[in-house]
Amino acid sequence: MKPISQTVEHYPPSGIRKFFDIVSQMDDVVSLGVGEPDFVTPWRIREAAINSLERGRTSYTSNWGLLELRRVISRYLEGYSGLCYNPENSVLITVGVSEGMDLTMRTLLNPGDEVIITEPCYVSYKACVELAGGKAVTVEAKKERDFVVDPKDIEAAVTDKTKAVLVSYPSNPTGAVADKKTLREIVDIAVKHDLYIVSDEIYDRLVYDGEHVSVPTLPGAFERTVLLNGFSKAYAMTGWRIGYAAGPTEVIKNMMKIHQYTMLCAPINAQNAAIEAIVNGAKDREDMRREYGRRRRVIVKGFREAGLDCFMPGGAFYAFPNVESTGLTSEEFCEKLLFEHKVAAVPGTAFGACGEGNIRCSYATSIEDIVTAIDRIKAFVAGLK
Amino acid sequence: MREQILEILRKDARTSSEMIADLIGSDAETVAKEIAEMEEEGVIRRYKTIIDREKAGDERVFAFIDVRVSPTRGVGFDDVARRIYRYPEVHSVYLVSGDYDLRVVVEGETMKEVAFFVADKLSTLDGVLSTQSNFLLKKYKEDGDIFDDIEEDTGRLLIS
Ligand SMILES: Cc1ncc(COP(=O)(O)O)c(C=O)c1O
Repeated sequence: MKPISQTVEHYPPSGIRKFFDIVSQMDDVVSLGVGEPDFVTPWRIREAAINSLERGRTSYTSNWGLLELRRVISRYLEGYSGLCYNPENSVLITVGVSEGMDLTMRTLLNPGDEVIITEPCYVSYKACVELAGGKAVTVEAKKERDFVVDPKDIEAAVTDKTKAVLVSYPSNPTGAVADKKTLREIVDIAVKHDLYIVSDEIYDRLVYDGEHVSVPTLPGAFERTVLLNGFSKAYAMTGWRIGYAAGPTEVIKNMMKIHQYTMLCAPINAQNAAIEAIVNGAKDREDMRREYGRRRRVIVKGFREAGLDCFMPGGAFYAFPNVESTGLTSEEFCEKLLFEHKVAAVPGTAFGACGEGNIRCSYATSIEDIVTAIDRIKAFVAGLK
Repeated sequence: MREQILEILRKDARTSSEMIADLIGSDAETVAKEIAEMEEEGVIRRYKTIIDREKAGDERVFAFIDVRVSPTRGVGFDDVARRIYRYPEVHSVYLVSGDYDLRVVVEGETMKEVAFFVADKLSTLDGVLSTQSNFLLKKYKEDGDIFDDIEEDTGRLLIS
């Protein structure tokens, strides 16, 4: 056979994958490696989906997604952050933020266009940029700044090829939340150099101290920002595969073109479930948030007691403790921890080279499991001394 | 603070003050003090265990008795309720709106025992006009706890 696409053939698989393959062969592992809620989708949402199936709603929808869903999202965004998106042509229902990210990059980029990405970051960003023919330019969010990027580093990375800057707070894998001032500075840079902003705000509802700042609400940002969000994290709906993109009509319309040919539409049942989530899901969402917020304190305290440096993450459901004091690399630490003490975590390097020295630990895990994991980590770290 | 402590204790009364403190971002001493105060004030009455009686092999029967009461001068709902709730076989008593006034939950070794209790003790009380007994057949959920064993197996991946 002729070789497949060179780009794809030589493209590295996700760094998370490797650990997954090991863990699935082992018993009694307590996993802090999970990037999704441990809650089942709230019953009212599941029930809405069952009802929608019983009524025979099994067809395609408009390529844009159900108008009712777009309307409730638009109204929700207006009430939540004061943003006004026309549901007819500025909101697109996608198959998760994953598809939204891919569409955004394919829509914005010409071959060779650069996108500035802050690492450590979610594994798909770089791939979405590069597979769309763009060039990912990475800047490092430093530990000293609790993993919030320094806007100066973004500005220094701007070239005449730069097309967009990708922002993602609260962050996977660090749990960092950017303050308003930092975000404003990033927006100002985007305005100054006429860049698009792509803002992945999928963890916006999982913020524990203070309020989330939505990037398109900042002065100058609205007309140049593609806002990506979804239902996976806030409503514990990862498997439903449902998200949305909202932004300038020109961009969204063109994203819709690709979506129309490649995805046709997001699954109708998930769209109907999402309507229920937006309209009636606030209390369930808030209950889950409060629960994560509590576990966060327990896990961070646990790492500190184990002798690992760990900053208090402000959002998402990840802690990002530093393991340099053990003399091990992130990967060595995670491997030993897994093989010798049966706790799974993901090395920071899976999220970019600058994640070296840290590990990602998800607290979307029962408090019992967190306590067990912490006990094992304490034993592990103590044994290394 | 109290609200948060109560919410946690409602789910698991054995959660230690240390753990509660960690969960809500306080210190164990403050939490312990708050709990002691709530116990003192009767906000927290006592700590019980939730038992799945069926699994424990407990075959006692329960009935919901709807009681219509005609309060008269000098004998109000409270008086009738008090006379009822002092019986050890009475599990709970509520004053409710609707066709009936008191909803009484009675437990006994056998249906017969419960029926006799109702006939003998409840319906003969001054002010009680009528009773209607409904025997409990299956408990699905009580006080937020689901007793119906259908496992939700989420099949969540261990790393993602
Ligand atoms: C930062 C971030 N963006 C996007 C996604 C993917 O979300 P979705 O399920 O909506 O495709 C994830 C999932 O882990 C994530 O952490």
